[in-house]
Amino acid sequence: MSAVPLMSVEDLSVEFRTRHGVVRALERVGFSIARGETVGIVGESGSGKSVTAFTVLGLLPPAGRVTSGRAVFGGLDLLTASAGQLLEYRGRELSMIFQSPRTALNPIRPVGKQIADVLERHANLPRARRRDRVLELLARVQIPDPERRYHAYPFELSGGMCQRVMIALAVACSPALLIADEPTTGLDVTTQAGILDLLGDLSRTAGMATIMITHDLAVVAERCDRIVVMHAGHVVEQAPARTLFARPRHPYTARLLASTPRAGAKLADLTPIPGAVPDLRGETTPCRYRTRCERAAAVCDRPPLPREVVAPGHVVACARPL
Amino acid sequence: MSALLDVRALTKRFPVRGSERRVHAVDDVSFTIERGESVGLVGESGCGKSTLVRLVTRLLDPSDGRIVFAGRDVGVIPPAQFTHAPERRLIQMVFQDPADSLNPRFTAFDTIAEPLRRLGTPAQRAALADHVAELADLVGLPRELLGRFPHQLSGGQQQRVGIARAIALRPRLLVLDEPTSALDVSVQATILHLLAELRDRLGMSYLFVSHDLNLVRLLTDRVLVMYLGKIVESGRSEEVFDRPAHPYTRALMSAVPAPDPAARRARIALVGEPRSPIDPPPTVCRFHGRCPDGVERCTREMPVLRPGPAADHLAACHFGFAVGAPAQGSGARRSGGEPAA
Amino acid sequence: MSALLRHGRYVLGENPVTAVAFGLFVVLILLALVGPSLAPHDPLASDTARKLEPPSARYWFGTDQVGRDILSRVLVATRLDLAISLSAVTLSFVVGSGLGASAGFFGGWTDRIVTRVTDTIMAFPLFVLAMAIVAALGNTLANIVYATAIINLPFYARMARAEVNVRREAGFVEAARLSGNGSARILTVHVFPNCLPPMMVQASLNLGWAILNAAGLSFIGLGVRPPTPEWGIMVAEGAAFIVSGEWWIALFPGLALMLAVFCFNLLGDGLRDLIDPRRRT
Repeated sequence: MSAVPLMSVEDLSVEFRTRHGVVRALERVGFSIARGETVGIVGESGSGKSVTAFTVLGLLPPAGRVTSGRAVFGGLDLLTASAGQLLEYRGRELSMIFQSPRTALNPIRPVGKQIADVLERHANLPRARRRDRVLELLARVQIPDPERRYHAYPFELSGGMCQRVMIALAVACSPALLIADEPTTGLDVTTQAGILDLLGDLSRTAGMATIMITHDLAVVAERCDRIVVMHAGHVVEQAPARTLFARPRHPYTARLLASTPRAGAKLADLTPIPGAVPDLRGETTPCRYRTRCERAAAVCDRPPLPREVVAPGHVVACARPL
Repeated sequence: MSALLDVRALTKRFPVRGSERRVHAVDDVSFTIERGESVGLVGESGCGKSTLVRLVTRLLDPSDGRIVFAGRDVGVIPPAQFTHAPERRLIQMVFQDPADSLNPRFTAFDTIAEPLRRLGTPAQRAALADHVAELADLVGLPRELLGRFPHQLSGGQQQRVGIARAIALRPRLLVLDEPTSALDVSVQATILHLLAELRDRLGMSYLFVSHDLNLVRLLTDRVLVMYLGKIVESGRSEEVFDRPAHPYTRALMSAVPAPDPAARRARIALVGEPRSPIDPPPTVCRFHGRCPDGVERCTREMPVLRPGPAADHLAACHFGFAVGAPAQGSGARRSGGEPAA
Repeated sequence: MSALLRHGRYVLGENPVTAVAFGLFVVLILLALVGPSLAPHDPLASDTARKLEPPSARYWFGTDQVGRDILSRVLVATRLDLAISLSAVTLSFVVGSGLGASAGFFGGWTDRIVTRVTDTIMAFPLFVLAMAIVAALGNTLANIVYATAIINLPFYARMARAEVNVRREAGFVEAARLSGNGSARILTVHVFPNCLPPMMVQASLNLGWAILNAAGLSFIGLGVRPPTPEWGIMVAEGAAFIVSGEWWIALFPGLALMLAVFCFNLLGDGLRDLIDPRRRT
């Protein structure tokens, strides 16, 4: 890892004001990503993985509020940057793809034109060259027959194709960082494999860093350099992918692994995680996994939540790691 | 004893608006489900598995073929009359998206009580509250949640309500249409265990639909692989997973991600677009064009399901069990099929 | 029930505009119920000696051209105006959503017939259509209600059709069929109640429109006949006097009309929030 990370998120806390009190959706979340690195953020729904992405991109809904922390990207703190600065960064330096590509695309504009719009906004490209560049991009995301697809509307394309168009849109200006929020959820396994291969290729060839957000450990296992595991708004463990899968140290990570089906496994090997993600309203215990944890002891109630570096690049937020 | 469900040459064609052409959603499909047996149905979206499921559960009318359930051809009963047929209570289904399959204006209690109210025996209707509470216990739904509306329940709880509704009438055949695809993995594990337990306890047969092969393997005795309206491979689960004979099955298996960074496998990438399901030529293999092994013969002669060396293992490929099958097939077989070390 | 009350309090508390609209609605209903007994004078008694008096301590809203108390007439008219619009809207809601929901659910020829009928109604300028209906059927209260209901019908039919259509394929509809429900029951018990929230908004907006429509018919002499107190007639009668400086005759009934329309328009969103269980937690 290089000395200066491409982006580093430090001490990030986010609250949501709701009808039933304040929800502390993120509490002192921190991780970093190096240039060209692929980092997976994994967690169940309600773990705060998407909130993290939205906060970094400045897309937090009005009910949400950042209460502490920084997200430094290229010397700029994204959390305090002006709307204008963010607008410049998003799309050019920082890009994002979403779970449902079809709803993220404009339904009444041909997909080629939509990519051209991004180029017009962010890339200094003469009008005549734009079309060629769009075709180049469509070919790069392996859309067959780009000439014809240029004029296609989103409804004429399959889900996988739409996601490829979204990726073309996202990488149109060669961003330094791509955030992919559940990019393959809802797609077929074969399509999913294709999309993940494509993202891998793009980051390798263009040196693009990628943050892959998913609930499925299996998706990130083969494709990520490093993995950040989140639970109930906390980063509970982060480690290089191989280390994490070979020797998880946080009880939650171990449970998550055990509940993920793998080839050749029997149903008996598949063990559920007891309990549910705790209620994040009001005061919570220092360790938010405590109520679900079979290793919980009195030491777990003592604040603050520990952050133990168990090996280089391997951090565990647990008082009694495995 | 005859099979619980015997589907023969089942076909469903949908008219294409404003033309004479037809979408061949389900094309000449035959299979059986024995009493107490779990059968998996695997395929990508658009392969016709949803249509097949809706034919079997009698939500749709078949264009052709027979659906014999417990010795009676129920395929000829129109859906409107099937509502009152005695088989209605015996064929039930758990839906993919629990949020979408629960009426937002019904409490959990009302949802679970609905089939009992409509089709239950007089005794069941008289002791409705007891029966609903018993069902809630059976699926592990805390009784105090029975008064809640779907949006007040978590995804896992919603699916438990869906399962309770489906088993309320003690069906013989339960169709599970991707019952865990909308759930978190940790919840998925719980639901799978619940389904396995219920099957043993209530002696149901399952038709488990999924695009995730690792899941299907966990819960089924036999598996059917479907591609563009046709069954391309079927057999005992271990047999199909350990020795897949159809190139599509192999590609499907190699695409499933493994939660293990060390298990880098040779992936069989499918190229190109699937063929159109609208009036497909009857002599061309449906998989041709995407198939890594396709040859000229595949465009002349549609492969039919043929048995392999193992009992009950069928594949619809000219090269399926052949000794000289194309090389990449065997490579993928080794790396994709066996348990990761 | 207490959950419903709590939810109601929350909706009103979060949204003061809705609270104002609900307050106004309650006032209107109360006036409709007890208006006649609140009236300080006989709304029909003319007193030519006191005609065209401006607002005063004795006649708060002044008197009209034959010396009737305008305040009393405005109060008494509330019942009639609300009754006409409520019954017209109820009628078109029931018939329109019934037709529209069947069209959306069953499709096919049911859909084609309903769509053609509503399109035909929509092809006319609606107010002119209402005039024609009243003129043809005769100038009675019932016919005013029918006319208002008929011209509102297409909106409900179209909306119900669209709302039912998007839910027709929902998972819970298939599940209901598996639970042994026939089509009619699925439509009425499972699908239609889920369409109610947006329909209620439409109904509420429509109430204001129906009041205006009834008043409009009276204004041009096709509705309620004088001397019955009704806001539309009163505005019509007063209109002639505005130029000569007697503004109060038209102003106060006009104001009442405006407030009622305003109230119903604001009520819509609040009503949807109240009726939708998903907004209750």
